[in-house]
Amino acid sequence: MGIVQCFIMAIKSLAASKMRSFLTMLGIIIGVGSVIVIMALGNGMTVYMNDSFESMGTTNISVNIIGRGSSRTVDVDDMYEFYNENKDLYNYISPTVSAYGQVRGANNEKYTPSITGCSEDYLAIKDYDLKSGRNISYIDIKENKRVCLVGEFYDYVVYGGNALGSTIDINGENYRIIGVVEEQDDKTDENGADNFIYVPYSTAARFIVKTSEINTYTFVAKSDDLVDKGISAIKDRLFQTFHDDDYYAVTSLTIILDIMNEMMDTMVIILAAIAGISLVVGGIGIMNIMLVSVTERTREIGIRKALGAKGKHIRMQFVIEAATTSAVGGILGIAFGFLLSSILSKTFLAALEMQAIPTLESVLLSFGISVAIGILFGYLPANKAAKLNPIEALRHD
Amino acid sequence: MITLKDIYKIYVNGDTTTYASNNVNIHIDEGEFVAIVGQSGSGKSTIMNIIGCLDVPTSGTYLLNGIDVSTMDDNELAEIRNKMLGFIFQQYNLIPKLTVVENVELPLLYAGLSPEKRHKAAIESLARVGLEDKAKNYPSQLSGGQQQRVSIARALAGNPSVILADEPTGALDSRTGIEVLQFLQKLNSEGNTIVLITHDNSIAKSAKRIIRLHDGKVVYDGPSDAPEATVSSSISFDEDPLVIKMKSEKGDAC
Repeated sequence: MGIVQCFIMAIKSLAASKMRSFLTMLGIIIGVGSVIVIMALGNGMTVYMNDSFESMGTTNISVNIIGRGSSRTVDVDDMYEFYNENKDLYNYISPTVSAYGQVRGANNEKYTPSITGCSEDYLAIKDYDLKSGRNISYIDIKENKRVCLVGEFYDYVVYGGNALGSTIDINGENYRIIGVVEEQDDKTDENGADNFIYVPYSTAARFIVKTSEINTYTFVAKSDDLVDKGISAIKDRLFQTFHDDDYYAVTSLTIILDIMNEMMDTMVIILAAIAGISLVVGGIGIMNIMLVSVTERTREIGIRKALGAKGKHIRMQFVIEAATTSAVGGILGIAFGFLLSSILSKTFLAALEMQAIPTLESVLLSFGISVAIGILFGYLPANKAAKLNPIEALRHD
Repeated sequence: MITLKDIYKIYVNGDTTTYASNNVNIHIDEGEFVAIVGQSGSGKSTIMNIIGCLDVPTSGTYLLNGIDVSTMDDNELAEIRNKMLGFIFQQYNLIPKLTVVENVELPLLYAGLSPEKRHKAAIESLARVGLEDKAKNYPSQLSGGQQQRVSIARALAGNPSVILADEPTGALDSRTGIEVLQFLQKLNSEGNTIVLITHDNSIAKSAKRIIRLHDGKVVYDGPSDAPEATVSSSISFDEDPLVIKMKSEKGDAC
């Protein structure tokens, strides 16, 4: 007797009692469905995280020199020299000087934007474009010129479109606006991404922060694959000077992202395993109903045996029936999981700008597990059926 | 064809030992129509199970077509049943959720025939009992007589050496019962070997030869038209079978 024959018979007997079959499968349906939804949520979360990290720049490497307070230090020229020697690893470099200051514009209102001292590469690092004017130049940096780039907020709100060429008061000193960066987020929002001022890093260090040391740098690796190499090259360079890795920190978003993804994966696996417990419960449900079925069909088993069915035929028939039950349950569960994922994506996940994206792995995994559970839990009842004595089975009502 | 030699079937239950078959010797040739008759408890079911390869004797030899089947295991017996025996049961024993033709195909399915061959043989077999037009029906849509004819078709489908009919008329009204018996006689006249198991003398008379069992022993073996064929030799028929059983158990205990 072929497997196909058994399969057709199993489908028939499932179809013969739909309600009972459905209830038997329910455990599997819920189990598979929840495994799919959980893995879809995890996947959606990972995609969301990766996207938001990507927009912050996954190739960015930030270098923070703590220094040891002695003459042994690395200055801007050293870093540029290193950068120029390793052009194959990096696209951009910018020393960064974060400053706080009070700004007064044409309308005489006071603002407290984020002020960053940076190099001419910084716009490229941030992936910003100029709306008008020009970028910070090498001369501006070399000569500590009091010039700045402003966000669209200043042009639109503070200067009414006439920012370019105007002067702006930063901590009581006048700076000339040489460029306006195009709108990023919302040009009317004082707390938004358009309220910022970039000045040459040399100017920022000397006149705003009033320091001679520049301790933070941003490098941009040429590609995602070169981030790790780029990090170790910088570390090697800094170690030459400091001989101790406590005096500097080199990090990238990729490292943080990797750690977060790893944590995320672990969490999803744990949650999916918990959901998977219901698959086992579903399997027990199948075993239970198969045992009932074997008892109900004792006479049929007796007839089949009298007509020449061997133990293995009967065993195969019932195992395939159990496996078919759980496989059909698995397919319904997959459909249920997809449906629930899409409902979740369209309703409350939409507000979080997230999506539950079912993965192929979760589909294959949960379908495979449900079939395996059917075979595993179907084996015991099937074996019981296979071992029935034909004489007693025929006498059974 | 069928040779039972010194067959004993002994059940031990605690202190009591029951001889369901007690030194039974039967020989049946090809083409015979034999009725095995006996009251309930006479051991005819035990002999039927042994002849039908559903059970093996405690001791003794059973040769079926020259093959010793008395020491075979379950799977070997299943194969013998499949290839050499056709069963007709009192309750028809059709599988309700399979169609008529699928029921008839069952023994061929377990014989490993291809679907096309199975179907062809099953339809041919149904034609022999005149039910080929009911092939797609379910057993519940058929009358009792028709269902029994389907079970005969199923028994014939695999071209068995022996057809075993266990009380084939027991669930039928007398007219339909007679039809079934006439059909069995027709099959016999076509050369089929038939073993009929019954408690009813009038039914047994449709066979050519009667073997009467009592207390697990053969008490008569001869032509069905002999006067002593339908008379129990030692104990009258109206005695309660339960009492007979108790007597025999008592006897065994002593």
